[in-house]
Amino acid sequence: MEAKTLLFYLFSAVLLFAALRVITARNPVHAVLYLVLAFFNAAGLWLTLEAEFLALALVMVYVGAVMVLFLFVVMMLDIDITRLRQGFWANMPLAATLGLVMAAEMVWVLSTDFFASGVFFNESMPADYSNTKELGRLLFTDYVYPFELASIILLVAIIAAVVLTLRRRTDVRHLDPAKQIAVKHADRIRVVQMPAEKEAE
Amino acid sequence: MLSNFVMPDLIPAAPELFLTIMACVILLVDLFAGSIRRLLTGPLTLVALFGCALMTWQGFGDPTPLTFSGMFIHDGVADFLKLFVYLAVFMALVYGRGYLADRGLDKGEYYLLVLFATLGMMVMISANSFLTMYLGLEMLSLSLYALVAIDRDSTRATEAAMKYFVLGALASGLLLYGMSMIYGATGTLEISLVAQALQAGVASKTVLIFGLAFLVAGIAFKLGVVPFHMWVPDVYHGAPTAITLFIASAPKLAAFAMALRLLVSGLYGLAEQWQMMLMLMAVLSIGLGNLAAIAQRNIKRMLAYSGISHMGFMLLALMSGSVGGEADLMRALDAYSAAMYYIVAYVIMSLGAFGTVLLLSRAGYEAENLEDFKGLNERSPWFALMMMIFMLSMAGIPFFVGFFAKFSVLLAAVAAGQIAVVVIAVIFSLIGAFYYLRVIKLMYFDAPTDSAPILASMDMKILLSANGLAVALLGPFSDVLIRACRLALLS
Repeated sequence: MEAKTLLFYLFSAVLLFAALRVITARNPVHAVLYLVLAFFNAAGLWLTLEAEFLALALVMVYVGAVMVLFLFVVMMLDIDITRLRQGFWANMPLAATLGLVMAAEMVWVLSTDFFASGVFFNESMPADYSNTKELGRLLFTDYVYPFELASIILLVAIIAAVVLTLRRRTDVRHLDPAKQIAVKHADRIRVVQMPAEKEAE
Repeated sequence: MLSNFVMPDLIPAAPELFLTIMACVILLVDLFAGSIRRLLTGPLTLVALFGCALMTWQGFGDPTPLTFSGMFIHDGVADFLKLFVYLAVFMALVYGRGYLADRGLDKGEYYLLVLFATLGMMVMISANSFLTMYLGLEMLSLSLYALVAIDRDSTRATEAAMKYFVLGALASGLLLYGMSMIYGATGTLEISLVAQALQAGVASKTVLIFGLAFLVAGIAFKLGVVPFHMWVPDVYHGAPTAITLFIASAPKLAAFAMALRLLVSGLYGLAEQWQMMLMLMAVLSIGLGNLAAIAQRNIKRMLAYSGISHMGFMLLALMSGSVGGEADLMRALDAYSAAMYYIVAYVIMSLGAFGTVLLLSRAGYEAENLEDFKGLNERSPWFALMMMIFMLSMAGIPFFVGFFAKFSVLLAAVAAGQIAVVVIAVIFSLIGAFYYLRVIKLMYFDAPTDSAPILASMDMKILLSANGLAVALLGPFSDVLIRACRLALLS
């Protein structure tokens, strides 16, 4: 067996195990950490496919940024795992049946000789080939339309986040930092001129 | 390195570009205009829609159909559907304004999200690639999720938005998985190239059908047909009525475009397979939609179930395009123009019906139960008449628009030899007539429980009347609209 095939099976096995643990782990923090492990292995799979940029982006964006944020959220929230698991066994038979049917179908489809027929691109690129450069070129030329659409979707997400969370509450005491900074000493001290109460005799 | 790059032709996408720019302008205006923003944001939104309509109208019959490296298609169907999307969004904005203002929800973000949803619909309608179809769908869905939850203090709306979001994400996942399978089998994301690959017959049929099943599930979710309909009643019920009106109208046109582009333009080679799936979903939707609507006491839920059955009818036409995988141009044209006409007719009727619900609501009062329609005739004979027209048209009673829409769908299905399905559809729409007629009975034969005068702005009253008259009077002229659909499909 070639090293590449061996690596593929190694990464896949760990990936599957980690993915399974994500949904079965009792502790949500453990689930998030298993998801991180799953991402690392997916990145490894991408590396064996010579998609270096995607692999690094996955590690940096998902593991470095998204999952860390996720970890914070999970730690902040008080997740009652027993309540989450309510109805798990009641729905289990239906879900398991559906899952098994899906899995059987996938095995059936993927074991057709189509995917083994070599229709797919199989050769390696030369050593000086940079897929980062190629990805960049495609993003800003042929795929500029979907690229811009994705940016608009991000704008929609920002607007949606603002409209759903920004609240100006008037019923609580709050400080306005801008006003605090702009304050002048004249606002703080009022010098009052007044005559002495009694004339000295 | 970029020597082989050709600048894409931007003219066919002029409406989309204009709308994007206007949305950004409105965003800035709404941020910085201060106290006069209320006077600016709404009208500017309408200006943006009118500008788009003008550009789409100008671009009719453009000789360069594909642009952006084949990801954007500009054809008759796109122009036709886009014009109706503008109309539906315009009406939804006018109908919803008073309702939202009464509840303090007519913020600038509402207009922005509506505009971005419109942009998403336009992208979907003009998509010639799985990628742009998906991105358009996400843009539309994200805006809709936020719109449903825009009334943050209502737990019902939040719950509806949460359900919509979770189920919508699942549907997007299914759709993407199907797309990836078809990409794996054909090696391309471009819809017209997928069709060519299917014709050449190199792709593995097993993989294609596997992908197709997921694709159809994603489309069915967006249309809201059985068995992917669970979100429809809850979202329609939970969302503020003005938002329900919006969700029940223009996005249906985009979902129809998605079905047409993916199944007919792309996977026509698999018509035999998806016909079976569509037929099953159509029969189930017509049956379940009509039966469940009878049990509803809430008019928004009732209209939601009625929408499910209407989408079933539309699928009936969509599946009648080919028989046994054999393409017959005339029959296909008849079937797809019937489907297109049906969806347009449904959107117009649905706007009117939800518009009347909005008309009866006022500050601090939601007219969302059937009882609220009691004795409407005594309170306002004119709008009772309008509501009667919408209900009769939805029930498919001659000679309103809805009748001709149902009739052309059934004709197409008969031409395709689906007699059994047609009989089932007719029986269930007869059963369904009961709940439409019940609304009319409540309006005309029961005493009003609420005698408050109907307060609505003049523009809404005029538009709702025009909407009702259109449904009533355009029936006999539906030939023209069907012919327009056919022309749009041919180009």
